[in-house]
Amino acid sequence: MPETTAAPAETGRPARKGPGRSPGGLRLARLRDFALVPAIIAIAIVGQIVHPIFLQADNLINILQTMSEISLLVLAQALVLIVGKMDLSLESTFGLAPGVAAWLTVAVGTGSGLGLLSGFWAIPITLAVGVLVGVVNALFIVRFGLNGFIVTLGMLIVLRGLLTGISGGQTFFNLPESMTYLGSAMWLGVPASIWICLLLFAAGVLVMGFTGFGRSLYAIGGNVDAAKAAGIRTDRVLWITLIAASVLAAIGGLLLTGRLASVAAAQGDGAIFTVFAAAVIGGVSLNGGKGTVFGAFTGILLLYMIQNVLTLAGVPAQWIEALNGAIILTALALSRLTGGKTQE
Amino acid sequence: MGASTSPSSVNGPVAEAERITKRYGETVALDGAHITIMPGETHALVGRNGAGKSTLVSILTGLQDPDEGEIRFAGRPAPRLSERNAWRERVACVYQKSTIIPELTVAENLYLNRHDHNGLRLVSWKSMWRKAADLLEAWSVDVDVRLPAKELGVEQRQFVEIARALSFGARFIILDEPTAQLDGAAISRLFDRMRAMREQGVTFLFISHHLQEIYEICDTVTVFRDARHILTAPVMDLPQGDLVAAMTGEAAGLRERKARPSVPPDAEVILDARGLTDGDVYAGVDLRVRAGEIVGLAGLGGSGKTELAETIAGLRAPREGTVEVAGRRPRAGSVPDSLAAGVGLVPRDRHHQGLIPLMSIADNTTMTVPERLGAAGLVSGRRRDDLAREMITNLAIKTPGPELPVNGLSGGNQQKVVMARALASDPRLLVLITPTAGVDVRSKEFLLGKVEEIAGKGTGVVIASDELDDLRLCDRVLVMFHGRVTTELAAGWHDHEMVAAMEGVDLDA
Repeated sequence: MPETTAAPAETGRPARKGPGRSPGGLRLARLRDFALVPAIIAIAIVGQIVHPIFLQADNLINILQTMSEISLLVLAQALVLIVGKMDLSLESTFGLAPGVAAWLTVAVGTGSGLGLLSGFWAIPITLAVGVLVGVVNALFIVRFGLNGFIVTLGMLIVLRGLLTGISGGQTFFNLPESMTYLGSAMWLGVPASIWICLLLFAAGVLVMGFTGFGRSLYAIGGNVDAAKAAGIRTDRVLWITLIAASVLAAIGGLLLTGRLASVAAAQGDGAIFTVFAAAVIGGVSLNGGKGTVFGAFTGILLLYMIQNVLTLAGVPAQWIEALNGAIILTALALSRLTGGKTQE
Repeated sequence: MGASTSPSSVNGPVAEAERITKRYGETVALDGAHITIMPGETHALVGRNGAGKSTLVSILTGLQDPDEGEIRFAGRPAPRLSERNAWRERVACVYQKSTIIPELTVAENLYLNRHDHNGLRLVSWKSMWRKAADLLEAWSVDVDVRLPAKELGVEQRQFVEIARALSFGARFIILDEPTAQLDGAAISRLFDRMRAMREQGVTFLFISHHLQEIYEICDTVTVFRDARHILTAPVMDLPQGDLVAAMTGEAAGLRERKARPSVPPDAEVILDARGLTDGDVYAGVDLRVRAGEIVGLAGLGGSGKTELAETIAGLRAPREGTVEVAGRRPRAGSVPDSLAAGVGLVPRDRHHQGLIPLMSIADNTTMTVPERLGAAGLVSGRRRDDLAREMITNLAIKTPGPELPVNGLSGGNQQKVVMARALASDPRLLVLITPTAGVDVRSKEFLLGKVEEIAGKGTGVVIASDELDDLRLCDRVLVMFHGRVTTELAAGWHDHEMVAAMEGVDLDA
């Protein structure tokens, strides 16, 4: 090393340019992202054998559309899990955000609508509710340092109760057109909700893989002290992540509302279990710092493909629930076997 | 990185701390302490647990402000706490607790939060990998930068942390007990690297419990005791006895070990292990330990000594071979069975396997003996506390009472709790794995003295360690190298014999 004591210290850039060790193609570690791809292909083949309609475009679009709303919850949860927290309240935000928008915009006379605002405000309100929920979560978790699991469990109950309260337990109908557009429109022959879902996931992949902000989520989830020592403003990143997650949940809720042209008081109820299962199957660790957005996407895709195959095979609807649970357990066991490590 | 502002071409001290006082509530962590570190030297900071070393390090690295006193770098006052980058250009610290993020690659760990960006403001992985590889090569650290950091060994992680520290422009580096988790060979590689860096103008503040390391690598030594500065002297002018005296406040050198009475050849065989084999980890090991005998298992990391000791204690099962304890043959790999057969274990790492940090001393010490705490699986709090108090006295654990959570204790006292837990069941065979790691001199003396005392009462003892002081009290030492017992040394061996045997070097060749 031709660096002397007298010379001003450099930034560690060596004076002599060494050849970077060539890494030799894709590292095996990167392949973890694609761990579920073989399973997805296998299910596609099985599906095709079960029913020749499976691989037709209509059916594939059907699968993607059914999962598009909940997949945004998976995206949101993946971000929160990677940064080392949990957000159970996402499923309630999923219902409450469009619920509040409907409550304020639906004309008096239909259900419990107040008709205070014009339909134009529906989407801004939905997003604002998402931001607000995220702020409250972050306030408790980051500012007051409370355990995220318990805080968001409380929020899950409170938010669900709020929706039941404003709706009187009823379903909102006659929604303004602005609320139903995104969930029902077709862009280039494909439902808009699929485009939105894919776009948001693509943005997620980009942010998490290729921005300093995204990498700081991994750093915080992996070792918060080390992240602080590296100068990352951990609290700020946590705030942004929790708020972004709630907003994603609100958007997901909006898409479902549009597709069904209604907001039920139970919208999103119980979805969080599927969301967690999809994230974990997709390789996101419950302990933080590990997993990818793409992996989370393959997780939810796999679950919905299997459901579709079961439906096509004529499994009675009453049994789908039990099978769903069994599938989640099987998928976890398989990912444990193929991953070779104890599930964290 | 504003490297041009970083101070290094100065002849005065690299860093000085003057009249530093720091209080945490009632406790005075530092009381008017001072230290001066000259450029290019390797300066040792020693002191028993609680002497104030960690507090000084956190003040010197800008993690907290002192209540009183002043820090200066190259003659200029230290930056404010919020100016992290300014601090990082002046001083860097490799903490005991790794600040490497295991899931991220080596390169990303090096350049965390200062990623290279391409034209689209996105992280440019390629240029980051190249920069990281160049950096590591500049300091001759041979690690693939695209490997996830969790795949690195302790030693490589340390080198990566040191390289990262240097990459900020700092040429003053604090190493907080860097050798605690390294084996002998890795320590000497670390020292080689430190010497090479010293040639390049890097100044070190080196913290260690191992006095021989200080004599090996350091130029100057500063001793802290009870939150105060005691002395600073060139290492060469300070005999080991005086150093220990300065640390302990007593005029007692390292205790001369009394020759122990030899074990009668007809003493009962407590441990009879035959043909223990587990693939490449260890192979074909026979080991017999008689009542009252202390047998050492020496070897470097990866020699298989730890795994062998864990097998004897029932923590893992061998592929082949048998372990017989006091005539019974506990089921392989079953800790409860081994406990019942009379094995007590002080595991390798008290933080991982030894203690449950939030539980009380009483709960921790009596964990191995639930049957003595009350009938039918119920726990009598009074009986537990009585038992714990007995052990607190027996092992001289410094605590206000048995109800204190163990994470409130110093390292030495925590290790005593682990020892108490092993002794609670009155074992016939005591297995100790690196029993004095990260423990101050006095606690170490005490713990080793206790081991001798226990052996004197007829317990067989196995000590797996690469610490010469641990091995010195053994009646005989089996040295392992790459999973096989290569040498057996009787008590009275010379240090160089032992080290050579552990390194797999034949002195006669």
